[in-house]
Amino acid sequence: MTEKSESTIGVLALQGAFLEHVKMLRRLGVQAVEVRKAEQLAALDGLIIPGGESTSMGLIAERWGLVEPLRQWVHSGRPTWGTCAGMILLAERATGQKRGGQTLLGGLDVTVNRNYFGRQVDSFETDLPVSLFGDVPFPAIFIRAPAIAEAGPTVEVLAQVTASNGETVIVAVRQGALLATAFHPELTQDTRWHELFLEMVT
Amino acid sequence: MNENNTNGNHRVSTFATKVGHAQMLKGGVIMDVVTPEQARIAEEAGACAVMALERVPADIRKDGGVARMSDPGMIREIIASVTIPVMAKARIGHFVEAQILEAIGVDYVDESEVLTPADEDHHINKHKFNVPFVCGCRNLGEALRRIAEGAAMIRTKGEAGTGNVVEAVRHARTVMGAIRQLQTLDEDELFAYAKEIRAPYDLVKQTAELGRMPVVNFAAGGVATPADAALMMQLGVDGVFVGSGIFKSGDPVRRGKAIVQAVTHYNDPKIIAEVSENLGEPMVGINLDTLSEQEKMAHRGW
Repeated sequence: MTEKSESTIGVLALQGAFLEHVKMLRRLGVQAVEVRKAEQLAALDGLIIPGGESTSMGLIAERWGLVEPLRQWVHSGRPTWGTCAGMILLAERATGQKRGGQTLLGGLDVTVNRNYFGRQVDSFETDLPVSLFGDVPFPAIFIRAPAIAEAGPTVEVLAQVTASNGETVIVAVRQGALLATAFHPELTQDTRWHELFLEMVT
Repeated sequence: MNENNTNGNHRVSTFATKVGHAQMLKGGVIMDVVTPEQARIAEEAGACAVMALERVPADIRKDGGVARMSDPGMIREIIASVTIPVMAKARIGHFVEAQILEAIGVDYVDESEVLTPADEDHHINKHKFNVPFVCGCRNLGEALRRIAEGAAMIRTKGEAGTGNVVEAVRHARTVMGAIRQLQTLDEDELFAYAKEIRAPYDLVKQTAELGRMPVVNFAAGGVATPADAALMMQLGVDGVFVGSGIFKSGDPVRRGKAIVQAVTHYNDPKIIAEVSENLGEPMVGINLDTLSEQEKMAHRGW
């Protein structure tokens, strides 16, 4: 635990539910900082890209020259975890983008389907089986959530869910130092995904 | 109640998903739009959601008459034109307007004092809906009463369509001040306080424990400049609605982008200064002492 408490995790704070991640990390005794500028990246051991609107985050990142530094960060193998909108930003490919396309950081060899699960009225909670976590399912909250339609050979699938249309889709993956979840562990009291990410950092 | 809605082993539209959606909007700007073109401009400016309506509050004020829910066909067109969430307004107490908005797939319903109230005694029972609701407030008691009725997000009422931020500031300070005061009370005093502000005791207790309202709280009503938006953020709100302020200004694209940047960097005056340069004409504001009590929208709802 001493190692963990010495590392500093940044949470991208351009828009969205960044405070929830910061609070969760602090509960685990980790240094957590809100990241709004490129020069802050150098001091970090890991980065979380939170839920929010991926188009808003992409446009704000572009305005302040954050896109290239973030791409370099992700592609140089630094530990990064994207939740929901963060998962979309980490994807190499995304369907259902806004007109004219949108900024992606890439790095994760997957095709993400934005808002796969539908609009807000289709948002749901479920007890998600995660083999990494053993027998106790994870209380997963899906909000206008994306899903992974295709994953490359180096991508490890950590969790899947069956949607209302009967399709089974990927909702959590790991690839090297990259972690991605379509749901929101930061909105629960369950710290297992945050602990998993901290293990990837140290 | 819809908490029992299930789909296989999924629990659909729970209160956690409603509140959670508002949490995803935090640190963002929700912009009023009246056409699909404006919705696209808002999306490109970085809005985290749009509010689809037929007339912005400034025009509702000017035109007078009864202001109702917008044409569902127009709202559908806006939904089809953007990927960000789309909100729409129903009249206070008009649960059928809310049912219509839910049926066409709106992501959030604003039970709004900007429209003419349809019921002078009852707000909508928002627990009955799968779609989440945002409601306006002037003080903590009003906010907690709306949450008790099922609202999953709160905003200040401000005074919509005026371009004057003074009422939004008053309402935000009143709410934040009450929460600070609440935290100094002991457990016994909370009962009397709940009675005094006419709010359910369990929500008052929860607010005292959390040091904030149990749902997301945005500013609305009179925000017209990047500085206004940053002011509201520094007062402690989670994000900002901009109604007439963007599309009633000289250069909506620039102003929309600037307000989005000011909300992200609300604590950085240098950045706020930079984005505030050369925005063109702001919307023409209204001084509130020129409005009669009858003309003020914030008094609607209770």
